[in-house]
Amino acid sequence: MNQTNRLQGGLVDRTKPLNFTFDGKALRGYAGDTLASALLANGVRLMGRSFKYHRPRGPLTAGSEEPNALVELRSGGQREPNTRATTAELFDGLEAQSQNRWPSLKRDALAINDVMSNFLAAGFYYKTFMWPKAFWEKLYEPVIRNAAGLGRLSMQPDPDSYDKGFLHCDLLVIGAGPAGLAAALTAARAGAQVVLADEDYVLGGRLIAERMELNDAPAGEWLAATLAELQAMPNLRLMPRSTVVGAFDHGIYGIVERVSDHLSVPVEGKPRQILWRTYARRAVLCTGAIERPIAFERNDRPGIMLAGALRAYANRWGVAVHRRAAIFTNNDDGHRSAADLAAKGVGVCAVIDTRADAPRSELYEVIAGAEVIDTHGRLGLENISVRLANGRTRRIDCGALGVSGGWNPNVSLLCHQNGRPAWNGDIAAFGPGEKIPPGLRVAGAALGQFSTAAALVSGAEAAQVALADLGTAAHLPELPRAEDAPVRIAPHWYVRHGKGRAWLDQQNDVTVKDVKLAHREGFRSVELLKRYTTLGMATDQGKTANMGALAIMAELAGKTIPETGTTVFRPPYTPVAMGVLAGRARGKAFRPTRLTPSHAWAEQNGAVFVETGNWLRAQWFARQSETHWRQSVDREVLAVRASVGVCDVTTLGKIDVQGTDAAEFLNRVYCNGFAKLAVGRTRYGLMLREDGIAKDDGTAARLAQDHFVVTTTTANAVSVFRHMEFARQCLWPELDVQLISTTEAWAQYAVAGPNARNLLRKIVDPVFDISNEGFPFMACGRVTVCGGLRARLFRISFSGELAYEIAVPTRYGDALMRELMQAGEEYGVTPYGTEALGVLRIEKGHAAGNELNGQTTAAMLGMGRLVSTVKDSIGAVLSRREGLSDEDGLRLVGLQPVSAADRIVSGAHLINLDSETSAKCDQGWVSSAAHSPHLGCSIALAFLRGGASRIGEIIRVVSPLEGTDFDARIVSPHFIDPEGGRLRA
Amino acid sequence: MIINHPLLGPRDAQEFSYLGDARLIERPDPAAPDAAQQFFDYLYLRENPAGSHRELWYHEQGDRSWLVVTRNTLTHEITEVELARNVALARGGRN
Amino acid sequence: MRYSGFRILKEGLTGHKGWRPAWREPEPQAAYDYLIIGGGGHGLATAFYLASVFSKARIAVLEKGWLGGGNIGRNTTIIRSNYMLDGNEPFYEFSMKLWEGLEQELNYNAMVSQRGILNLSHSDAQRDAFRRRGNAMLMNGADAELLSREQVRKMAPFLDFDNARFPINGGLLQRRGGTVRHDAVAWGYARAADKRGVDIIQNCKVTGFRMNGGTITGVETTRGYIAAGKVGCAVAGNSSRLMAMAGMRLPIESHVLQAFVTEALKPVVPGVITFGAGHFYVSQSDKGGLVFGGDLDGYNSYAQRGNLPTVEDVAEGGMALMPIIGRARLLRMWGGIMDMSMDGSPIIDRTPIDGLYFNGGWCYGGFKATPASGYAFAHLLATDTPHTTAGAYRLDRFLTGRMIDEKGMGAQPNLH
Repeated sequence: MNQTNRLQGGLVDRTKPLNFTFDGKALRGYAGDTLASALLANGVRLMGRSFKYHRPRGPLTAGSEEPNALVELRSGGQREPNTRATTAELFDGLEAQSQNRWPSLKRDALAINDVMSNFLAAGFYYKTFMWPKAFWEKLYEPVIRNAAGLGRLSMQPDPDSYDKGFLHCDLLVIGAGPAGLAAALTAARAGAQVVLADEDYVLGGRLIAERMELNDAPAGEWLAATLAELQAMPNLRLMPRSTVVGAFDHGIYGIVERVSDHLSVPVEGKPRQILWRTYARRAVLCTGAIERPIAFERNDRPGIMLAGALRAYANRWGVAVHRRAAIFTNNDDGHRSAADLAAKGVGVCAVIDTRADAPRSELYEVIAGAEVIDTHGRLGLENISVRLANGRTRRIDCGALGVSGGWNPNVSLLCHQNGRPAWNGDIAAFGPGEKIPPGLRVAGAALGQFSTAAALVSGAEAAQVALADLGTAAHLPELPRAEDAPVRIAPHWYVRHGKGRAWLDQQNDVTVKDVKLAHREGFRSVELLKRYTTLGMATDQGKTANMGALAIMAELAGKTIPETGTTVFRPPYTPVAMGVLAGRARGKAFRPTRLTPSHAWAEQNGAVFVETGNWLRAQWFARQSETHWRQSVDREVLAVRASVGVCDVTTLGKIDVQGTDAAEFLNRVYCNGFAKLAVGRTRYGLMLREDGIAKDDGTAARLAQDHFVVTTTTANAVSVFRHMEFARQCLWPELDVQLISTTEAWAQYAVAGPNARNLLRKIVDPVFDISNEGFPFMACGRVTVCGGLRARLFRISFSGELAYEIAVPTRYGDALMRELMQAGEEYGVTPYGTEALGVLRIEKGHAAGNELNGQTTAAMLGMGRLVSTVKDSIGAVLSRREGLSDEDGLRLVGLQPVSAADRIVSGAHLINLDSETSAKCDQGWVSSAAHSPHLGCSIALAFLRGGASRIGEIIRVVSPLEGTDFDARIVSPHFIDPEGGRLRA
Repeated sequence: MIINHPLLGPRDAQEFSYLGDARLIERPDPAAPDAAQQFFDYLYLRENPAGSHRELWYHEQGDRSWLVVTRNTLTHEITEVELARNVALARGGRN
Repeated sequence: MRYSGFRILKEGLTGHKGWRPAWREPEPQAAYDYLIIGGGGHGLATAFYLASVFSKARIAVLEKGWLGGGNIGRNTTIIRSNYMLDGNEPFYEFSMKLWEGLEQELNYNAMVSQRGILNLSHSDAQRDAFRRRGNAMLMNGADAELLSREQVRKMAPFLDFDNARFPINGGLLQRRGGTVRHDAVAWGYARAADKRGVDIIQNCKVTGFRMNGGTITGVETTRGYIAAGKVGCAVAGNSSRLMAMAGMRLPIESHVLQAFVTEALKPVVPGVITFGAGHFYVSQSDKGGLVFGGDLDGYNSYAQRGNLPTVEDVAEGGMALMPIIGRARLLRMWGGIMDMSMDGSPIIDRTPIDGLYFNGGWCYGGFKATPASGYAFAHLLATDTPHTTAGAYRLDRFLTGRMIDEKGMGAQPNLH
């Protein structure tokens, strides 16, 4: 078999033969072919199986509205299921496999469903499979799931890359057919920035699918000249292979450009596809029209397709679907298909026209007032039965049947902003409704302007009006002379005949009978019809199916079609690869990675890193001898308690607060007082949300009368800054205060442990007195380090030890870390990570993220008295609500297992000794737990009903998830140095 | 969506974070005798119209301005954008 | 008419001529004892339980559009009872138990499919929170398992375990979680309620409430005035609009949540999986489409559609979690309007107006609650006392400070 059905002409390049395979069989086509046209050229009509009945199917269309010819393209990780053969551009080496069949396309075991179809009518599954109850999940559903689905994912990560881009234009022209080209020409000549996007790889729309003349010459001549002109214009971007998939708010359109899908592998450095977020001041929708079928019995055989598709295959690709073709139509356009086929040398054996007054032709036999009532041929059409006007039946041999029930304006994008199409009786179809996306105009066949001449004019005029909106005068270009035939159509939705099935939605196997059943059972709204029968829910969104079904429902309900209404198309216009919507945000690049100033140093020193939001922080520093993380963490903790450790705390949010009202501002933002904080002093601050729940905590250091440095937790750095800006701009705009985030500007290290001061003395320039007296606990100030480098020093402690935090400009962060390590050698200075930081703060009883979880109050955290009652602050009023101030509510306590062998886990719950383990008896939960090397046992912080009043009691710590249940002693949350002597040492 | 920032011109709404009802500017007087009720109203009973809505957006990935955007919740059409600080100042000491 | 495999055989052999409408299309009566506003899942379930469990009669459901056309028709079909707080978990577990017997009770196959829901964790803190939650679930009689990274890997080897920006460190699994065919829930309840005499009146929009001295007497509709003894509102998404007609303001904002489905594929995902480090959750329908979603668009909206940034954000989450879906194609996306409450939890309560009852604030979690919500609302309507599992869903809890805030986001509806 070697392209036996290839005709003369067409837009394929016969000098470029391309080899490809379908189900392993080697075939050959030409550059310019789609997979479907190449298969048809080789006499292959059977390309797929339907979803439910596994009926043999060939292409219905020659475009993206295709319901049937879906294949798996490519192999390995690049396997792409459900790819439309009708749009897949042929390339050399293309591999395609049929899908949803077993063992082979020709012999598909699940075709048994077709035999059983009487029992598988619409919605049958809602009425059965209920007994016995357990069988649904164990038997029925697995069988159904395995039978359902279309193609297979490769189950491998997609090896290709995707990109995103942004486009801005005055006018986006969607579709490069006659209307779109006229629109683009009009706008571009006026100097506007224009984007012209078309889903096809050849621009021209119907111009390339027709045997048509413009200016009395083949349309291709005008098309080539026009494209050449557009191509040369710097203010116009010509985008073939680019589908406008969605119309979003305010003139934003999503365009998917298929950069590499026509190549066997993407060119090095090029993505497979690009998602262009396109900001268009105005847009023109020139998406043409989509032909619709007429339903008749067994109208789904391979070889039966839309008449316009039949002629597109002949004209554009030089392919006869079969050497003997018939046409079934209710309108004049069907005759054009017949004439084109005849001109290409295809044998047109009959045109069956439902209209008694059908036009006559000398080229082919016209059977007027007739209908196709049945078809035959197991895996492809062999002949059709025609009911003649006189009621007799005639059988006609043909291998291709083109069906034309008229054309529907392609208005999908108009529905994307809640618009509903409106009925246009002139063309017996739904066209643009009143509500369409603002800034978008419709032109050409999408507007119901079905002649080429009218499409050209309407495209040009739409562009002119759109530019006038923008204040640009555009002149209408001289448009070519073109056919201007009126539309003549006599609506005919389905053929009333016998008991066989007549398909409406071919992919989902929805037939006329199903619509009748839905009507009988009360699913009469178009939305219920859709959901009950699955009409229009296939991969084509019912572009060729919905109209017929709606018309039938209208007829059954005794209503008009506009009264019955229509469902809407959802974005995207055609299905979009998940990969391109994600772009480069996958794998490690899913989110940005923020590195701390000491990252490089930490990497060189055995750090194991942990994700903390977008930051990577050192979790611990493993030494060679250490085989378990606990060894490293215990060592780091003990080193801090015994001598000195250094931890990078740059990730804490830092906000500079300046202005004459800075103190007053903080006084209102924190629940505790800040107005009287002295210069050179630091204070712990607790911030509430307006609802009285703790939001965040940190410190505020007063560097000058009008200058504070506020720290936040790492997790809340962004939201606290936003909150403070809200307070500044919206609540108290009269205050003289300015904010700026300096998180990235300063590298900051905690230096903690009894030798912290000794170490810092070697770093901080000697002119600064950092003695206990000169720089006591909670002092802060500007200093210089290492011989003149500006720095900030805070004597604050998270660990409970004598501790400082020292900050230098970020670019010196790495150097300072190395200086600290070198200077601290004599004290055995130890870098410590977030794990040790966590253990140290739990030992000290400091709340952190697990405690500040958005559900806890100051009272719960043991800081109820911090909330000032003498001043206003955010959250103060609502924190006094009864539900937030229950005396016997949850309060923070410490826990220590009675048996040192037990290990408390965070997330365990607390149950009284004599109670059952049930929600009713729940006394609280463990928020943070750690092994304390200092105490040599497991310790925890927990929220417990009754809280501090129960210190000394024994309670059960249970984790039913892990089956653990043991006793623990309720203790103060301050496991170490409750008096704070170490801090002040 | 596109928000026409009074200082910066049109910006993609993706650069902003959303807070909601612009009445959140009108924080009640904490000293009022019925402050608890007023704060409850203020914080919880926000405007939620199907139609024109004055709402707060924050230019987080931009200049950090809080804006009062008047937007139709049925159509998403934006009819006015103001600097929230100016709106708050115009209320003039009603705090 | 009873549905059964036998009935299908019989109808299949006789040309399906015997099927009857699943529900009547009655004209509204002048008066009812119970009027339920909203012919979505919750409203229909309420009517069903009022009639079946509480043996009430003279019940009507008023639906402004078509039956099941609200959020029951546009959600991602997930059922679960994996909540943490006392106010929530017993209610959702009650709902789960109702799901488990629903099909037999309704004689309608809603395809309740307990294939499990797996919440992934990516940090120690997240796992700690899961442990707290899982323990609360177990202590409330639900099921929960805490999985290690290796256990997750065994269950879902197609997730990104080797190159993830936020590596999976484990997960919380509820095996009894899963999915249900959402439309069928509305149809099943409608058919069963109709069979018990409930009038389901479609295309009947409520335009006002009629009251007499603080007591409701009936509702004005596009099909005339209908008198009522008690009126229950279950119109989540539009609660603020409806209750404003009764002069009420609610602690609720309306937000759009987008949902997505891919083209049908052979089985990929066994149950429901949620990503813990981005906005993405996914299941696979019986038909084969990957059904997924992410976060709210984030702004108040009644438009039932969203925008591109959220689409991209959700797709990024999907590709980060399971890069095998790169070549699966997004088929359709749509938006539903969520009643986002101020603490992320619902409200089932009486209102200050006698005879007027409110059910709403379901955020994006209303679907799984459908049976329990209907049951509890029917209980409240019938007995004037809250159902034991729904006692915390009070309208005044924001005034008293007894919020039920699972996520700890506070009065910021778009963060719940």
